[in-house]
Amino acid sequence: MKGWWWKGLCVVLLLYVVVVGLHTPLGPALVHASIDRIAPGPVALEATGYNTHFTREKPQLWLENEGYRVCATDVSVRSDVELDATFIVPAGLQGNLTSLWAWDATDGPVVLRDAFFTEGLGNGLQGEGCTVNTTERSGFSFPNRTILNETIRNLFFHVPMWFTMMVLMTIAFVQSLLVLRKGDLANDQMALSAVDVSLLFAALGLITGSIWARATWGDWWTSDPKLNGAAVTVLIYAAYLILRGSVPDPHKRARLAAIYNIFAYVLMMVFLMVLPRLTDSLHPGNGGNPAFSKYDLDSSLRAVFYPAVAGWVLLGVWAYTLHLRVARLRSIADEANDH
Amino acid sequence: MDCARATFAPDMRTAEIAHLLRLEWQLDRRQKHVWGSMALYVVSTIYVCYQGVRHLFDVPIWNALFWIILLFAAFNALGRSFQRENAGRQLYLYTLASPRSVVLARTLYNGLIMAVLGLLSLAAYALFIGSSPLDAARLDIFLPVVVIGGTGFALVLTLISALAARAGNGIGLMAILGFPIVLPMLMSLMKASKLALDGMGWNVTGQYVLWLVLIDFITVALAWLLFPYLWRD
Repeated sequence: MKGWWWKGLCVVLLLYVVVVGLHTPLGPALVHASIDRIAPGPVALEATGYNTHFTREKPQLWLENEGYRVCATDVSVRSDVELDATFIVPAGLQGNLTSLWAWDATDGPVVLRDAFFTEGLGNGLQGEGCTVNTTERSGFSFPNRTILNETIRNLFFHVPMWFTMMVLMTIAFVQSLLVLRKGDLANDQMALSAVDVSLLFAALGLITGSIWARATWGDWWTSDPKLNGAAVTVLIYAAYLILRGSVPDPHKRARLAAIYNIFAYVLMMVFLMVLPRLTDSLHPGNGGNPAFSKYDLDSSLRAVFYPAVAGWVLLGVWAYTLHLRVARLRSIADEANDH
Repeated sequence: MDCARATFAPDMRTAEIAHLLRLEWQLDRRQKHVWGSMALYVVSTIYVCYQGVRHLFDVPIWNALFWIILLFAAFNALGRSFQRENAGRQLYLYTLASPRSVVLARTLYNGLIMAVLGLLSLAAYALFIGSSPLDAARLDIFLPVVVIGGTGFALVLTLISALAARAGNGIGLMAILGFPIVLPMLMSLMKASKLALDGMGWNVTGQYVLWLVLIDFITVALAWLLFPYLWRD
Protein backbone atom coordinates (compact mmCIF):
# COMPACT_ATOMS: atom_id res chain seq x y z
CA MET A 1 0.00 0.00 0.00
CA LYS A 2 1.23 3.45 -0.75
CA GLY A 3 1.62 5.92 2.06
CA TRP A 4 3.32 3.34 4.25
CA TRP A 5 6.89 4.18 3.51
CA TRP A 6 7.16 6.82 6.20
CA LYS A 7 5.95 4.40 8.84
CA GLY A 8 8.70 2.01 7.79
CA LEU A 9 11.15 4.91 7.90
CA CYS A 10 9.94 5.81 11.38
CA VAL A 11 10.55 2.25 12.66
CA VAL A 12 14.00 2.11 11.05
CA LEU A 13 15.01 5.50 12.44
CA LEU A 14 13.87 4.69 15.96
CA LEU A 15 15.59 1.29 15.88
CA TYR A 16 18.76 3.07 14.79
CA VAL A 17 18.33 5.63 17.57
CA VAL A 18 17.80 3.00 20.27
CA VAL A 19 20.60 0.70 19.12
CA VAL A 20 23.23 3.30 18.27
CA GLY A 21 22.10 5.83 20.87
CA LEU A 22 22.27 3.38 23.74
CA HIS A 23 25.09 1.18 22.48
CA THR A 24 27.76 3.66 21.44
CA PRO A 25 30.21 4.09 24.31
CA LEU A 26 31.09 7.44 25.76
CA GLY A 27 34.57 8.62 24.93
CA PRO A 28 37.29 7.81 27.48
CA ALA A 29 37.89 10.31 30.26
CA LEU A 30 39.71 10.77 33.52
CA VAL A 31 37.09 11.20 36.22
CA HIS A 32 38.85 11.18 39.58
CA ALA A 33 42.20 11.66 41.30
CA SER A 34 42.84 10.49 44.84
CA ILE A 35 44.29 13.82 45.99
CA ASP A 36 43.14 17.37 45.29
CA ARG A 37 46.22 19.45 46.09
CA ILE A 38 49.86 19.20 45.13
CA ALA A 39 52.99 20.81 46.58
CA PRO A 40 56.59 20.90 45.33
CA GLY A 41 58.32 17.57 45.93
CA PRO A 42 57.32 13.96 45.29
CA VAL A 43 53.59 13.35 44.86
CA ALA A 44 51.89 9.96 44.60
CA LEU A 45 48.33 9.67 43.40
CA GLU A 46 45.76 7.26 42.14
CA ALA A 47 43.76 8.20 39.04
CA THR A 48 40.44 6.76 37.88
CA GLY A 49 39.30 6.71 34.29
CA TYR A 50 36.00 5.92 32.61
CA ASN A 51 35.89 3.79 29.44
CA THR A 52 39.68 3.94 29.31
CA HIS A 53 41.98 1.05 28.29
CA PHE A 54 45.06 1.45 30.47
CA THR A 55 46.02 -2.26 30.38
CA ARG A 56 46.48 -2.36 26.61
CA GLU A 57 49.50 -0.16 26.63
CA LYS A 58 51.08 1.64 29.53
CA PRO A 59 49.78 5.23 29.40
CA GLN A 60 51.84 8.36 29.66
CA LEU A 61 50.78 10.66 32.53
CA TRP A 62 51.55 14.30 33.05
CA LEU A 63 50.50 17.38 34.97
CA GLU A 64 49.89 20.61 33.15
CA ASN A 65 50.05 24.05 34.73
CA GLU A 66 49.77 27.17 32.55
CA GLY A 67 51.29 25.33 29.60
CA TYR A 68 54.15 23.77 31.59
CA ARG A 69 54.13 19.96 31.73
CA VAL A 70 55.48 17.63 34.41
CA CYS A 71 55.63 13.99 33.37
CA ALA A 72 55.12 11.12 35.79
CA THR A 73 58.32 9.46 36.98
CA ASP A 74 56.54 6.16 37.52
CA VAL A 75 53.19 4.76 36.34
CA SER A 76 51.78 1.42 37.41
CA VAL A 77 48.52 0.21 35.92
CA ARG A 78 46.07 -1.67 38.13
CA SER A 79 43.19 -2.13 35.69
CA ASP A 80 41.69 -0.56 32.58
CA VAL A 81 40.34 2.30 34.67
CA GLU A 82 42.76 2.56 37.59
CA LEU A 83 46.42 3.47 37.80
CA ASP A 84 48.97 4.79 40.28
CA ALA A 85 51.48 7.45 39.38
CA THR A 86 54.21 9.43 41.08
CA PHE A 87 55.45 12.86 40.11
CA ILE A 88 58.25 15.14 41.23
CA VAL A 89 56.50 18.50 41.32
CA PRO A 90 58.95 21.37 40.74
CA ALA A 91 58.75 24.59 42.75
CA GLY A 92 57.70 27.75 40.93
CA LEU A 93 54.59 26.72 39.01
CA GLN A 94 52.52 29.76 38.17
CA GLY A 95 48.85 28.75 38.10
CA ASN A 96 46.58 27.99 41.04
CA LEU A 97 45.09 24.98 39.30
CA THR A 98 46.87 22.04 37.71
CA SER A 99 45.30 19.57 35.29
CA LEU A 100 46.01 15.87 35.07
CA TRP A 101 46.48 14.33 31.61
CA ALA A 102 46.96 10.79 30.39
CA TRP A 103 47.62 9.44 26.93
CA ASP A 104 47.69 6.03 25.36
CA ALA A 105 47.25 4.97 21.75
CA THR A 106 43.78 3.50 22.26
CA ASP A 107 42.26 6.35 24.24
CA GLY A 108 44.13 9.38 22.94
CA PRO A 109 44.63 12.28 25.34
CA VAL A 110 42.24 12.33 28.32
CA VAL A 111 42.16 15.03 30.95
CA LEU A 112 40.87 15.80 34.41
CA ARG A 113 40.79 19.57 34.19
CA ASP A 114 41.87 21.71 37.14
CA ALA A 115 42.27 18.58 39.22
CA PHE A 116 44.67 19.98 41.82
CA PHE A 117 45.06 23.09 43.87
CA THR A 118 48.69 24.02 43.57
CA GLU A 119 50.91 25.10 46.48
CA GLY A 120 54.35 26.71 46.34
CA LEU A 121 53.61 29.05 43.46
CA GLY A 122 56.33 31.03 41.71
CA ASN A 123 56.76 33.03 38.53
CA GLY A 124 56.44 30.11 36.18
CA LEU A 125 59.05 27.82 34.67
CA GLN A 126 60.94 28.23 31.41
CA GLY A 127 59.88 26.15 28.39
CA GLU A 128 57.13 23.56 28.15
CA GLY A 129 58.53 20.87 30.42
CA CYS A 130 58.54 17.31 29.19
CA THR A 131 57.36 16.33 25.73
CA VAL A 132 54.20 14.26 25.43
CA ASN A 133 52.24 12.49 22.75
CA THR A 134 48.83 14.03 22.01
CA THR A 135 47.77 12.02 18.97
CA GLU A 136 43.96 11.85 18.90
CA ARG A 137 42.28 8.49 18.96
CA SER A 138 39.95 7.34 16.21
CA GLY A 139 36.56 5.70 16.60
CA PHE A 140 32.93 6.63 17.15
CA SER A 141 31.88 7.68 20.65
CA PHE A 142 29.78 10.28 22.42
CA PRO A 143 31.36 13.17 24.36
CA ASN A 144 32.14 12.33 27.96
CA ARG A 145 31.44 15.30 30.21
CA THR A 146 31.60 15.72 33.95
CA ILE A 147 28.17 15.75 35.61
CA LEU A 148 26.45 14.83 32.33
CA ASN A 149 28.23 11.49 31.97
CA GLU A 150 25.94 8.84 30.48
CA THR A 151 22.88 11.10 30.70
CA ILE A 152 24.04 12.80 27.52
CA ARG A 153 22.09 10.08 25.70
CA ASN A 154 18.89 11.66 26.97
CA LEU A 155 19.38 14.13 24.12
CA PHE A 156 17.97 11.48 21.75
CA PHE A 157 14.79 11.02 23.79
CA HIS A 158 13.95 14.06 25.86
CA VAL A 159 14.53 16.79 23.28
CA PRO A 160 12.67 15.08 20.38
CA MET A 161 9.67 14.50 22.71
CA TRP A 162 9.23 18.27 22.97
CA PHE A 163 9.79 18.73 19.25
CA THR A 164 7.09 16.14 18.58
CA MET A 165 4.76 17.82 21.04
CA MET A 166 5.27 21.18 19.32
CA VAL A 167 4.65 19.65 15.89
CA LEU A 168 1.39 18.09 17.11
CA MET A 169 0.29 21.30 18.82
CA THR A 170 0.99 23.15 15.62
CA ILE A 171 -1.21 20.65 13.77
CA ALA A 172 -3.92 21.30 16.37
CA PHE A 173 -3.46 25.06 15.92
CA VAL A 174 -3.84 24.86 12.14
CA GLN A 175 -6.90 22.60 12.48
CA SER A 176 -8.41 25.09 14.94
CA LEU A 177 -7.92 27.86 12.42
CA LEU A 178 -9.73 25.69 9.86
CA VAL A 179 -12.58 25.10 12.31
CA LEU A 180 -13.14 28.84 12.57
CA ARG A 181 -12.84 29.23 8.82
CA LYS A 182 -15.05 26.36 7.68
CA GLY A 183 -16.95 25.23 10.76
CA ASP A 184 -16.22 21.61 9.91
CA LEU A 185 -16.40 19.11 12.78
CA ALA A 186 -13.81 16.89 11.05
CA ASN A 187 -11.19 19.60 11.65
CA ASP A 188 -12.28 19.77 15.26
CA GLN A 189 -11.68 16.05 15.68
CA MET A 190 -8.22 16.46 14.12
CA ALA A 191 -7.39 19.23 16.57
CA LEU A 192 -8.58 17.10 19.48
CA SER A 193 -6.59 14.04 18.36
CA ALA A 194 -3.45 16.13 17.92
CA VAL A 195 -3.84 17.64 21.40
CA ASP A 196 -4.42 14.22 22.96
CA VAL A 197 -1.29 12.74 21.42
CA SER A 198 0.76 15.87 22.09
CA LEU A 199 -0.12 15.60 25.79
CA LEU A 200 1.22 12.04 25.74
CA PHE A 201 4.51 13.33 24.36
CA ALA A 202 4.52 16.17 26.87
CA ALA A 203 4.19 13.59 29.64
CA LEU A 204 7.10 11.60 28.16
CA GLY A 205 9.13 14.79 27.87
CA LEU A 206 8.42 15.65 31.51
CA ILE A 207 9.36 12.16 32.69
CA THR A 208 12.61 11.95 30.71
CA GLY A 209 13.50 15.50 31.72
CA SER A 210 12.74 14.86 35.37
CA ILE A 211 14.93 11.76 35.51
CA TRP A 212 17.72 13.66 33.77
CA ALA A 213 17.37 16.58 36.17
CA ARG A 214 17.61 14.21 39.13
CA ALA A 215 20.85 12.78 37.77
CA THR A 216 22.51 16.06 36.86
CA TRP A 217 20.96 18.87 38.92
CA GLY A 218 20.10 16.64 41.87
CA ASP A 219 16.40 17.39 41.93
CA TRP A 220 13.33 16.08 40.14
CA TRP A 221 11.95 19.54 39.49
CA THR A 222 13.46 23.01 39.75
CA SER A 223 11.98 26.43 39.12
CA ASP A 224 13.42 27.16 35.72
CA PRO A 225 11.89 29.12 32.82
CA LYS A 226 12.12 26.13 30.55
CA LEU A 227 10.38 23.90 33.08
CA ASN A 228 7.77 26.54 33.86
CA GLY A 229 7.11 26.81 30.14
CA ALA A 230 6.57 23.07 29.96
CA ALA A 231 4.23 23.13 32.96
CA VAL A 232 2.21 26.02 31.51
CA THR A 233 1.92 24.17 28.20
CA VAL A 234 0.57 21.04 29.84
CA LEU A 235 -1.86 23.06 31.98
CA ILE A 236 -3.14 24.98 28.95
CA TYR A 237 -3.92 21.84 27.00
CA ALA A 238 -5.45 20.13 30.02
CA ALA A 239 -7.70 23.20 30.32
CA TYR A 240 -8.50 22.83 26.61
CA LEU A 241 -9.81 19.32 27.28
CA ILE A 242 -11.86 20.53 30.25
CA LEU A 243 -13.37 23.33 28.16
CA ARG A 244 -14.40 20.74 25.58
CA GLY A 245 -15.93 18.59 28.28
CA SER A 246 -18.13 21.39 29.55
CA VAL A 247 -19.88 22.27 26.28
CA PRO A 248 -22.44 19.71 25.12
CA ASP A 249 -23.30 21.11 21.68
CA PRO A 250 -20.69 19.80 19.18
CA HIS A 251 -20.62 22.85 16.89
CA LYS A 252 -20.39 25.31 19.75
CA ARG A 253 -17.78 23.10 21.40
CA ALA A 254 -15.71 23.03 18.22
CA ARG A 255 -15.78 26.81 17.93
CA LEU A 256 -15.05 27.61 21.57
CA ALA A 257 -12.27 25.02 21.74
CA ALA A 258 -10.74 26.42 18.55
CA ILE A 259 -10.81 29.98 19.91
CA TYR A 260 -9.16 28.91 23.15
CA ASN A 261 -6.59 26.82 21.31
CA ILE A 262 -5.56 29.68 19.01
CA PHE A 263 -5.41 32.17 21.87
CA ALA A 264 -3.41 29.83 24.10
CA TYR A 265 -1.08 28.60 21.37
CA VAL A 266 0.03 32.06 20.29
CA LEU A 267 0.59 33.28 23.85
CA MET A 268 2.38 30.05 24.75
CA MET A 269 4.71 30.29 21.76
CA VAL A 270 5.59 33.87 22.63
CA PHE A 271 6.20 32.79 26.21
CA LEU A 272 8.33 29.80 25.28
CA MET A 273 10.42 31.86 22.87
CA VAL A 274 10.93 34.97 24.95
CA LEU A 275 10.97 34.19 28.65
CA PRO A 276 13.90 31.73 28.79
CA ARG A 277 15.98 34.45 27.18
CA LEU A 278 14.96 36.99 29.82
CA THR A 279 15.76 35.05 32.98
CA ASP A 280 18.53 32.81 34.20
CA SER A 281 18.19 29.18 33.44
CA LEU A 282 20.08 26.02 34.29
CA HIS A 283 18.76 24.31 31.20
CA PRO A 284 21.26 23.44 28.47
CA GLY A 285 21.06 25.98 25.66
CA ASN A 286 19.75 28.77 27.95
CA GLY A 287 21.09 31.47 30.19
CA GLY A 288 24.70 31.02 29.13
CA ASN A 289 24.66 27.24 29.50
CA PRO A 290 26.06 25.50 26.45
CA ALA A 291 23.62 23.68 24.22
CA PHE A 292 24.60 20.21 23.18
CA SER A 293 26.05 21.49 19.93
CA LYS A 294 28.94 22.89 21.98
CA TYR A 295 29.92 19.45 23.24
CA ASP A 296 29.45 17.81 19.92
CA LEU A 297 32.81 18.58 18.38
CA ASP A 298 32.96 15.53 16.14
CA SER A 299 29.22 15.51 15.32
CA SER A 300 28.74 12.08 16.91
CA LEU A 301 25.68 13.34 18.79
CA ARG A 302 24.23 14.92 15.67
CA ALA A 303 24.54 11.61 13.83
CA VAL A 304 21.95 10.19 16.23
CA PHE A 305 20.07 13.34 17.26
CA TYR A 306 18.77 14.34 13.82
CA PRO A 307 17.47 10.83 13.01
CA ALA A 308 15.96 10.75 16.50
CA VAL A 309 14.05 13.98 15.90
CA ALA A 310 12.76 12.70 12.54
CA GLY A 311 11.88 9.29 14.03
CA TRP A 312 10.01 10.61 17.07
CA VAL A 313 8.13 13.23 15.06
CA LEU A 314 7.06 10.55 12.58
CA LEU A 315 5.98 8.33 15.48
CA GLY A 316 3.94 11.22 16.89
CA VAL A 317 2.24 11.83 13.55
CA TRP A 318 1.62 8.11 13.20
CA ALA A 319 0.02 7.95 16.65
CA TYR A 320 -2.07 10.98 15.69
CA THR A 321 -3.40 9.29 12.53
CA LEU A 322 -4.25 6.17 14.53
CA HIS A 323 -6.01 8.22 17.21
CA LEU A 324 -7.99 9.95 14.48
CA ARG A 325 -9.00 6.65 12.89
CA VAL A 326 -10.16 5.23 16.21
CA ALA A 327 -12.21 8.38 16.83
CA ARG A 328 -13.82 8.19 13.38
CA LEU A 329 -14.63 4.49 13.77
CA ARG A 330 -16.10 5.21 17.18
CA SER A 331 -18.34 7.95 15.82
CA ILE A 332 -19.47 5.65 12.98
CA ALA A 333 -20.24 2.95 15.55
CA ASP A 334 -22.17 5.47 17.66
CA GLU A 335 -24.24 6.50 14.67
CA ALA A 336 -24.95 2.87 13.81
CA ASN A 337 -26.09 2.26 17.38
CA ASP A 338 -28.40 5.26 17.25
CA HIS A 339 -30.29 3.89 14.24
CA MET B 1 -20.82 51.72 -0.57
CA ASP B 2 -17.75 49.56 0.05
CA CYS B 3 -15.54 52.45 -0.80
CA ALA B 4 -17.41 54.74 1.56
CA ARG B 5 -17.20 52.21 4.34
CA ALA B 6 -13.50 51.77 3.80
CA THR B 7 -12.98 55.51 3.98
CA PHE B 8 -15.13 56.11 7.01
CA ALA B 9 -14.48 52.85 8.83
CA PRO B 10 -11.74 54.08 11.22
CA ASP B 11 -13.76 57.10 12.29
CA MET B 12 -16.92 55.10 12.62
CA ARG B 13 -15.12 52.47 14.62
CA THR B 14 -13.56 54.98 16.97
CA ALA B 15 -16.92 56.61 17.47
CA GLU B 16 -18.54 53.25 18.04
CA ILE B 17 -15.93 52.21 20.58
CA ALA B 18 -16.18 55.54 22.37
CA HIS B 19 -19.94 55.11 22.48
CA LEU B 20 -19.67 51.57 23.83
CA LEU B 21 -17.16 52.71 26.46
CA ARG B 22 -19.62 55.37 27.56
CA LEU B 23 -22.31 52.70 27.68
CA GLU B 24 -20.16 50.49 29.95
CA TRP B 25 -19.45 53.45 32.17
CA GLN B 26 -23.12 54.41 32.44
CA LEU B 27 -24.24 50.86 33.08
CA ASP B 28 -21.76 50.53 35.91
CA ARG B 29 -22.55 53.97 37.30
CA ARG B 30 -26.18 53.05 37.40
CA GLN B 31 -25.25 50.03 39.50
CA LYS B 32 -22.63 51.46 41.80
CA HIS B 33 -22.60 48.32 43.89
CA VAL B 34 -20.58 46.66 41.10
CA TRP B 35 -17.58 48.85 41.80
CA GLY B 36 -18.23 48.58 45.50
CA SER B 37 -18.21 44.81 45.32
CA MET B 38 -14.89 44.74 43.46
CA ALA B 39 -13.25 47.06 45.96
CA LEU B 40 -14.76 45.23 48.91
CA TYR B 41 -13.53 41.91 47.54
CA VAL B 42 -9.95 43.16 47.43
CA VAL B 43 -10.10 44.88 50.80
CA SER B 44 -11.62 41.84 52.49
CA THR B 45 -9.05 39.53 50.91
CA ILE B 46 -6.27 41.79 52.12
CA TYR B 47 -7.81 41.96 55.57
CA VAL B 48 -8.05 38.16 55.71
CA CYS B 49 -4.37 37.95 54.75
CA TYR B 50 -3.59 40.57 57.40
CA GLN B 51 -5.22 38.36 60.03
CA GLY B 52 -2.99 35.53 58.85
CA VAL B 53 0.37 37.21 58.42
CA ARG B 54 0.16 40.66 60.12
CA HIS B 55 2.99 42.78 58.78
CA LEU B 56 5.28 41.37 56.14
CA PHE B 57 8.83 42.69 55.97
CA ASP B 58 10.23 40.10 53.61
CA VAL B 59 10.22 41.71 50.17
CA PRO B 60 9.80 38.58 47.96
CA ILE B 61 6.86 37.30 50.01
CA TRP B 62 5.27 40.76 50.25
CA ASN B 63 5.56 41.05 46.50
CA ALA B 64 4.23 37.55 45.74
CA LEU B 65 1.25 37.90 48.06
CA PHE B 66 0.32 41.23 46.50
CA TRP B 67 0.24 39.80 43.01
CA ILE B 68 -1.70 36.72 44.06
CA ILE B 69 -4.32 38.93 45.70
CA LEU B 70 -4.53 41.15 42.63
CA LEU B 71 -4.83 38.09 40.38
CA PHE B 72 -7.79 36.76 42.34
CA ALA B 73 -9.33 40.21 42.41
CA ALA B 74 -9.01 40.28 38.62
CA PHE B 75 -10.73 36.92 38.27
CA ASN B 76 -13.54 38.14 40.50
CA ALA B 77 -13.91 41.50 38.78
CA LEU B 78 -13.78 40.20 35.23
CA GLY B 79 -15.76 37.03 35.79
CA ARG B 80 -18.93 39.06 35.51
CA SER B 81 -17.76 40.94 32.43
CA PHE B 82 -19.80 38.86 30.02
CA GLN B 83 -22.18 37.30 32.49
CA ARG B 84 -24.38 40.32 33.04
CA GLU B 85 -25.99 40.29 29.61
CA ASN B 86 -28.71 37.83 28.91
CA ALA B 87 -29.04 36.34 25.45
CA GLY B 88 -31.63 38.89 24.38
CA ARG B 89 -29.54 41.91 25.19
CA GLN B 90 -26.51 40.33 23.59
CA LEU B 91 -28.47 39.92 20.37
CA TYR B 92 -29.59 43.54 20.61
CA LEU B 93 -26.02 44.72 21.06
CA TYR B 94 -25.02 42.54 18.13
CA THR B 95 -27.45 44.29 15.82
CA LEU B 96 -26.19 47.71 16.91
CA ALA B 97 -22.42 47.35 16.96
CA SER B 98 -19.70 45.26 15.41
CA PRO B 99 -18.45 42.49 17.72
CA ARG B 100 -14.91 43.78 17.39
CA SER B 101 -15.92 47.16 18.71
CA VAL B 102 -17.74 45.45 21.57
CA VAL B 103 -14.73 43.41 22.63
CA LEU B 104 -12.32 46.28 22.18
CA ALA B 105 -14.49 48.64 24.20
CA ARG B 106 -14.98 46.09 26.92
CA THR B 107 -11.29 45.17 27.00
CA LEU B 108 -10.30 48.80 27.31
CA TYR B 109 -12.93 49.42 29.97
CA ASN B 110 -11.82 46.38 31.95
CA GLY B 111 -8.21 47.51 31.58
CA LEU B 112 -9.06 50.89 33.08
CA ILE B 113 -11.05 49.30 35.89
CA MET B 114 -8.22 46.94 36.75
CA ALA B 115 -5.61 49.70 36.62
CA VAL B 116 -7.62 51.64 39.22
CA LEU B 117 -8.31 48.48 41.22
CA GLY B 118 -4.59 47.64 41.17
CA LEU B 119 -3.62 50.99 42.66
CA LEU B 120 -6.45 50.77 45.19
CA SER B 121 -5.34 47.29 46.21
CA LEU B 122 -1.79 48.54 46.61
CA ALA B 123 -2.98 51.29 48.94
CA ALA B 124 -5.00 48.87 51.06
CA TYR B 125 -2.19 46.32 50.96
CA ALA B 126 0.41 48.85 52.08
CA LEU B 127 -1.90 49.99 54.87
CA PHE B 128 -2.56 46.54 56.34
CA ILE B 129 0.30 44.25 55.33
CA GLY B 130 2.94 46.94 55.69
CA SER B 131 4.69 49.47 53.54
CA SER B 132 8.29 48.86 54.61
CA PRO B 133 9.17 47.05 51.33
CA LEU B 134 8.18 50.25 49.52
CA ASP B 135 10.80 52.30 51.37
CA ALA B 136 13.69 51.24 49.15
CA ALA B 137 11.55 50.86 46.04
CA ARG B 138 11.69 52.83 42.83
CA LEU B 139 8.07 53.96 42.92
CA ASP B 140 8.37 55.56 39.49
CA ILE B 141 8.82 52.01 38.18
CA PHE B 142 6.78 50.02 40.69
CA LEU B 143 3.55 51.98 40.19
CA PRO B 144 3.62 51.69 36.38
CA VAL B 145 4.29 47.96 36.77
CA VAL B 146 1.20 47.67 39.00
CA VAL B 147 -0.88 49.55 36.45
CA ILE B 148 0.48 47.50 33.54
CA GLY B 149 -0.04 44.31 35.52
CA GLY B 150 -3.64 45.06 36.42
CA THR B 151 -4.38 46.12 32.86
CA GLY B 152 -2.63 43.02 31.52
CA PHE B 153 -4.78 40.73 33.68
CA ALA B 154 -7.85 42.52 32.39
CA LEU B 155 -6.81 42.20 28.75
CA VAL B 156 -6.10 38.48 28.95
CA LEU B 157 -9.08 37.63 31.11
CA THR B 158 -11.66 39.58 29.10
CA LEU B 159 -11.57 37.08 26.22
CA ILE B 160 -11.35 34.15 28.65
CA SER B 161 -14.36 35.55 30.51
CA ALA B 162 -16.31 35.74 27.27
CA LEU B 163 -15.31 32.16 26.44
CA ALA B 164 -16.36 30.86 29.85
CA ALA B 165 -19.65 32.76 29.64
CA ARG B 166 -20.30 31.27 26.19
CA ALA B 167 -19.52 27.80 27.51
CA GLY B 168 -22.21 28.52 30.09
CA ASN B 169 -19.95 27.56 32.94
CA GLY B 170 -19.20 30.80 34.72
CA ILE B 171 -16.30 31.62 36.95
CA GLY B 172 -15.10 28.09 37.69
CA LEU B 173 -14.26 27.40 34.09
CA MET B 174 -12.79 30.86 33.77
CA ALA B 175 -10.25 30.07 36.48
CA ILE B 176 -9.24 26.82 34.80
CA LEU B 177 -8.88 28.43 31.38
CA GLY B 178 -7.33 31.62 32.68
CA PHE B 179 -4.66 30.48 35.13
CA PRO B 180 -2.27 28.80 32.70
CA ILE B 181 -2.55 31.70 30.26
CA VAL B 182 -2.03 34.33 32.92
CA LEU B 183 0.83 32.46 34.58
CA PRO B 184 3.60 33.66 32.23
CA MET B 185 2.42 37.23 32.71
CA LEU B 186 2.22 36.77 36.46
CA MET B 187 5.77 35.45 36.58
CA SER B 188 7.21 38.37 34.68
CA LEU B 189 5.13 40.80 36.74
CA MET B 190 6.46 39.37 39.99
CA LYS B 191 9.97 39.58 38.63
CA ALA B 192 9.61 43.15 37.37
CA SER B 193 7.95 44.43 40.53
CA LYS B 194 10.49 42.60 42.70
CA LEU B 195 13.28 44.37 40.82
CA ALA B 196 11.50 47.70 41.21
CA LEU B 197 11.09 47.04 44.95
CA ASP B 198 14.80 46.29 45.17
CA GLY B 199 15.43 49.74 43.74
CA MET B 200 16.61 48.65 40.31
CA GLY B 201 16.38 51.17 37.49
CA TRP B 202 14.79 51.02 34.07
CA ASN B 203 17.89 49.46 32.56
CA VAL B 204 17.15 46.26 34.52
CA THR B 205 13.35 46.26 34.73
CA GLY B 206 12.91 47.74 31.27
CA GLN B 207 13.04 44.43 29.41
CA TYR B 208 10.36 42.91 31.65
CA VAL B 209 8.08 45.92 31.24
CA LEU B 210 8.64 45.80 27.50
CA TRP B 211 7.80 42.12 27.46
CA LEU B 212 4.61 42.75 29.47
CA VAL B 213 3.52 45.48 27.08
CA LEU B 214 4.22 43.06 24.22
CA ILE B 215 1.98 40.37 25.77
CA ASP B 216 -0.75 42.98 26.31
CA PHE B 217 -0.50 44.04 22.70
CA ILE B 218 -0.63 40.47 21.35
CA THR B 219 -3.57 39.69 23.61
CA VAL B 220 -5.60 42.62 22.34
CA ALA B 221 -4.77 41.68 18.75
CA LEU B 222 -5.90 38.09 19.36
CA ALA B 223 -9.10 39.19 21.08
CA TRP B 224 -9.77 41.49 18.14
CA LEU B 225 -9.29 38.64 15.66
CA LEU B 226 -11.10 35.89 17.55
CA PHE B 227 -14.04 37.63 19.16
CA PRO B 228 -16.36 37.71 16.12
CA TYR B 229 -16.26 33.90 16.05
CA LEU B 230 -17.11 33.76 19.71
CA TRP B 231 -19.96 36.21 19.37
CA ARG B 232 -21.64 34.33 16.56
CA ASP B 233 -24.17 31.65 17.44
